[in-house]
Order: sequence, then structure tokens, then C-alpha cells
Amino acid sequence: MSILIGRDTRLVVQGITGREGEFHSRAMLEYGTNVVAGMTPGKGGQLALDGAVPVFNTVARAVAETGANTSCIFVPAAGAPDAVLEAVAAGIATVFCITEGIPALDMIPAVEMVRAHGARLIGPNCPGATSPGRAKVGIIPGSIHAEGGVGVVSRSGTLTYEAVQAMTDAGLGQSTCVGIGGDPVIGTQFIDVLRLFADDAETEAIVLIGEIGGAAEEEAAAFAAEHLSGTPMAAFIAGRTAPEGKRMGHAGAIVSGGRGTAASKVEALEAAGIRVAGSPTELPALLREAGYRA
Amino acid sequence: MKIHEADAKSLLVAQGLPVPPWEVALTPTQARAAAVRFLADPANATGKVVIKAQVLVVGRGKAGGVKLAASADEAEDVAAQILALEIKGLPVRRVLVGPAAEIVKEYYLSVLLDRATKRLMFIGSAEGGVEIEQVAAERPEAIVYEHADPLLGLPDYAARELAFKVGFGPHWKAGAAIAKGLLRTMLANDADLVEINPLAVIREHGAQGVPVERLVCLDAKITLDDSALTRHPGHEALRDLDAEDPTDIEARRYDLTFIKLDGDIGCMVNGAGLAMTTMDLVKRAGGEPANFLDIGGGAKADRVAAAMRLILDDPSVKAILVNIFGGITRGDEVARGLIEARAQQERDVPMIVRIVGTNAEEAAELLQAASFVTAASLDEAAAKAVAAARQVTA
Repeated sequence: MSILIGRDTRLVVQGITGREGEFHSRAMLEYGTNVVAGMTPGKGGQLALDGAVPVFNTVARAVAETGANTSCIFVPAAGAPDAVLEAVAAGIATVFCITEGIPALDMIPAVEMVRAHGARLIGPNCPGATSPGRAKVGIIPGSIHAEGGVGVVSRSGTLTYEAVQAMTDAGLGQSTCVGIGGDPVIGTQFIDVLRLFADDAETEAIVLIGEIGGAAEEEAAAFAAEHLSGTPMAAFIAGRTAPEGKRMGHAGAIVSGGRGTAASKVEALEAAGIRVAGSPTELPALLREAGYRA
Repeated sequence: MKIHEADAKSLLVAQGLPVPPWEVALTPTQARAAAVRFLADPANATGKVVIKAQVLVVGRGKAGGVKLAASADEAEDVAAQILALEIKGLPVRRVLVGPAAEIVKEYYLSVLLDRATKRLMFIGSAEGGVEIEQVAAERPEAIVYEHADPLLGLPDYAARELAFKVGFGPHWKAGAAIAKGLLRTMLANDADLVEINPLAVIREHGAQGVPVERLVCLDAKITLDDSALTRHPGHEALRDLDAEDPTDIEARRYDLTFIKLDGDIGCMVNGAGLAMTTMDLVKRAGGEPANFLDIGGGAKADRVAAAMRLILDDPSVKAILVNIFGGITRGDEVARGLIEARAQQERDVPMIVRIVGTNAEEAAELLQAASFVTAASLDEAAAKAVAAARQVTA
């Protein structure tokens, strides 16, 4: 078992005919993801990706015709919250929103509607997820992964690739890698993913990659102390040198009023018995020190 | 984006919130003219005006940026003093002039984005006028919290509940209306934070000089969501360019995220998390990063060249570390941009380049042919950059 995605994923890509949407849909298909449909209003009836994937005008139609159960959104920021609403209204259970730069206030009602439909949203402003050897949804390069037992959860994109590559190089494969996104309002938090990992028989160890801003890492540390005491874990926190009051690229990565500092997160994680690496390349060694034998 | 008090107050007034009158003055003469009007206002119970520096720093009062004046002459003098100030490195170019309020009681009320609950949250306290963080630390029971409904906002009953919890006493109706107004201000402007401190009961002279008390927004702090600026074209005019580094402005033109820091190792990275990590590793290797720079996903050669110009514009930069993990971004594109940028640059600064991921092999060939210093791992790249910067210093 993997979490969120796997062999039974039937993916509809919202915005499949856009530049990004097409590029990454092709990569997902090549990785082996079951891309069953695309959706672009006004392009229903066309075929995308050299005839491999039918395009529909609405997600509802895509679901009815193809049995899609997962969506990946590449729609520009102005339309992305609506794309989330459309996906959950059509009965999609798991929605990945890759789009960055969505105004935070637009996401508040969208996240609420996802909850009301009993669906799950990952992102926005996230790289998606990969279940090595089975499926990838989003933009994480497939080549960095290896199959194995480490669950990876991260607020970042390229930093996740860095950490995953380091693990693959060290011979530690992954069960599922999830990027939850760097925005202030996101559908799925660290603790939600940790809960899924805790219930996943295949996930034997966990790597958490956080950054400054908010308190999600502190919450994750508390959750791990209570529910994951038997699972080897290691963490990395980006932004130890970030100045206060500056938004470090990600809308959510900001230290303000002395809150959300890297020091506070490192302290909380270490208090929960989770070692924090000084560099992403040290994560494999820390997992082994925590007792993980791949 | 932070905006000035005077601009924040205009946004509040646009939503019908009670704000005492004010004027903005750019010169002591203008401040004097405004003071004359406010001193003659029959409602003014103190017979004084307040003059406040419009500058985006915390603690302007302690720095001498907020003063009272009892006459037009004094107002002109005080305005001249404040307009000559530089507060925490920022010049004071504008002052706000308004009637000095006779304050009966100070409250605190704000609405902000609560990341943990993914909702908007009101924070209120009957102990306003001081820093809310201080109240939260010393007397947490003096602070009340109330979440807005994600779909309904703040219905009347919830606004009343909040007003009674904060304890506005006879002013509960005004308190409830103000809470609703703050939320309207937030939604209408895509703000991250709307904070009134103090929200105050003030005493004014009513008809026939009878004292009248009312609840008003005496100060205002609003920050706007950068992601929503494009749909509020008027907000760009509220940006205080003094509060920004000139390179920030240049970076925005090329859609780059650039934050100037104090060190001497320039960093160019794709992705915010990786850019922060690169800075952290430079520091760990004994160096000091000169900047945070995220060139974003899918960066092309021209964007890379622009990023390089930004880094080199900083004279303290002694070495440059380029760290690219290609996903959407293609390594060979970045390599070409670097080669182009180096051909144009006037200053010879050692450059350490690490490119992995998509098209990394093509990138390596290009970089080798152009004899760049390369590194395989991020740790190695950081160490080489720090060593190169030291060599330049020595």
C-alpha cells in the first residue's frame, strides 16, 4: 500500500491542454500513472497527449465517462480555486492543486467545500506526490525515486527532490513522497499525512521536511511523539538563516513577531525524539541512527 | 505588502468604519494648514493635534515619530522635526495630522489569517494600546478569539458574541459593527491582516459642547496579500518604495524573488525551500549569504541572466553559488544563461555551479567547455563558495 495515490489512481488532469499541464501529464503517463482524462472547458471531444487521453469540458463528464477518482490541477491562479470546487463537486476524492500564487482568501471557502464533500485536497502550491514504481501525480521528477519503505512529507518542491535524491543515492527507497505546499492555507497538513503514514503498512520510516513560518512542524512533532514513537523519523528545517519579517519565496514562509522560527521547530522536533539534519544529505544517516534498516 | 496608517485608514473609511478625521502632509506648511483646521474643530476636546510619521516600522512612537502640538506654530515645528527624521533607516516623507483624541478606554481588535484552522480569526482585547504580543504573554486570559465562518463570514450574532466577549460595555453595538467592517475591509482588499490598536472610546465635544463618547479606529495596520495584488490595480500605488531594497523592485520586474542579506556569497537557486536551504548551508560552511534568490520553476536563459545582474549589483558579493535542481527547470537552459551572463558581466567574481536533475548532463558539458567551477553535491558547492569568497578577501 502507498498513501494518497497508487495503482488504483484514475487521474483527470484539469488544464491538460496548457503548456505546464501537457508537459507534466506526459511525464505522469510515462511514469506509469493511469491518466484517464483531461479537462479543459471548450476542448471537450479532443484527444490530448498524442491521442492517448480524452479531453472533457467538465470534470463531471470526465468522471462519468472514465471513472476518474483523482485530479491534478494546472489551472492558473485566478481559476484554480474554482477548479478545486469543480473537482469535489464532481465526486473526485483526492485533489492535487499544483498552481502557485493563489490569493489566500480564495482558498478558505475552497478548503471548506473540500471538507464538506469529504474529499482531500493536497496543496495548493505543491509539487504533488509520487508512489515509486506505481504512480506520480504532479511535477516531481520520476527519476529521483526508488521503491522502498520511507515516507517523505514536505512543504517544499525542489528541496524535496534534493532530500529524495539523497535517500535514493544512499539506498533508501520511498513508499510515498508528498509535497503539501508552501502556502498559508493548504488542504492537507503535516499531521494529516503523518496519520496516513502511521496507518500504512508499507511505510517503515518517515522523513519530514519543513520550513520557517506557521506552526505545522510543531504540531507534527507533537503528533509524532504520541502516535509514531515506534517509527524511525528524521527531519530537516529550511530557513535557519532567514531574516525575520521577510517572505522567503513561499507565501507561508515568514517569521513574524518571533513566531515560526526554525529554532522553535527544531526544538519541538528534537523534544519529540526526532533528529534534525543540518543538511538534506544527512537524512539517510539520521534515519539509520534512528534504527531504520532498509 | 505593508501599507501606511493613512492608507489603511482610507480603506477602513471606504467600508464605512468610524475613523476620526485626518490629513496627510508632505511639508511642515501643509501640516500647519491641517493643524489650523483641526484646532478650530469644535468637536476637538483636547485642543491639540497629533502628528504621526508615516513610515513602515514598528516603534515609531519611541523613535520620536509621534508628537502632539497645541498650536499651528508648534504643529509646523513638530512636523518639520518629524519629517527630518530617519526611523530605523527609513526616511519620513509624510506625516498624518489629526485631532489629538481624549481617550476614555483603549481596546484591541484585529482579523487575520489563522493558518492552523484555515479560517479568518478575530483577536480582541479590552487591554488595547499596548503590544498585543505582550498582553498574550503576560495575561492570556485578557485576549479573546473568534473565527469567522469560511462561507458566511461573521453573521450578526457572531459579531455580537465577539463584542460582548471583548467587553465593549455600552459600545457593544459599535464594536460588533466594527468587527464586521474589519472583515469587509479584509475581503474587499485581499488583506492578510487588519489590525486596530487602539480601537478606542474617545470623548468629543458634541452639540452645545456636551461631551459625547464613541468607539473609533485610532490607528490602523493593514497588510495585503502579495498574491492578490494583480486584481487590485489601485494597491500598487500604496507601495512604499523606501521600505524596499531597490533590487527587490528590479527582481519583481523579472518575476524573481530576491531578498537582500548582509553577507558576501551571492546565491541563485530554483525553488524557495531549496534557496533557504542553500543559504543555511553557506552559513553552516562558515560563510554568509548575500541574498535569497529564487529564480522559480522553468526559468529560461534570460531570467538567469537577469538574476545574475541582480546578484552582481551588490558590491559586497565576492563569490556566487548557483544551485539548480532541475524538475521543470532545464539544466542546460540555466547553463546557457550563466554563460551568457558571465560574458556580459563587468566584475570577475568566482562562480560555483551545481546543476542536477533534468538535462544535467548537457549542462555539465556546457559548463565544462566554459570552464566554470562545478560541484556535485550541495554541501560541496557551499564549501567551495565559502572558500572562493575567503580567497577574494585574502
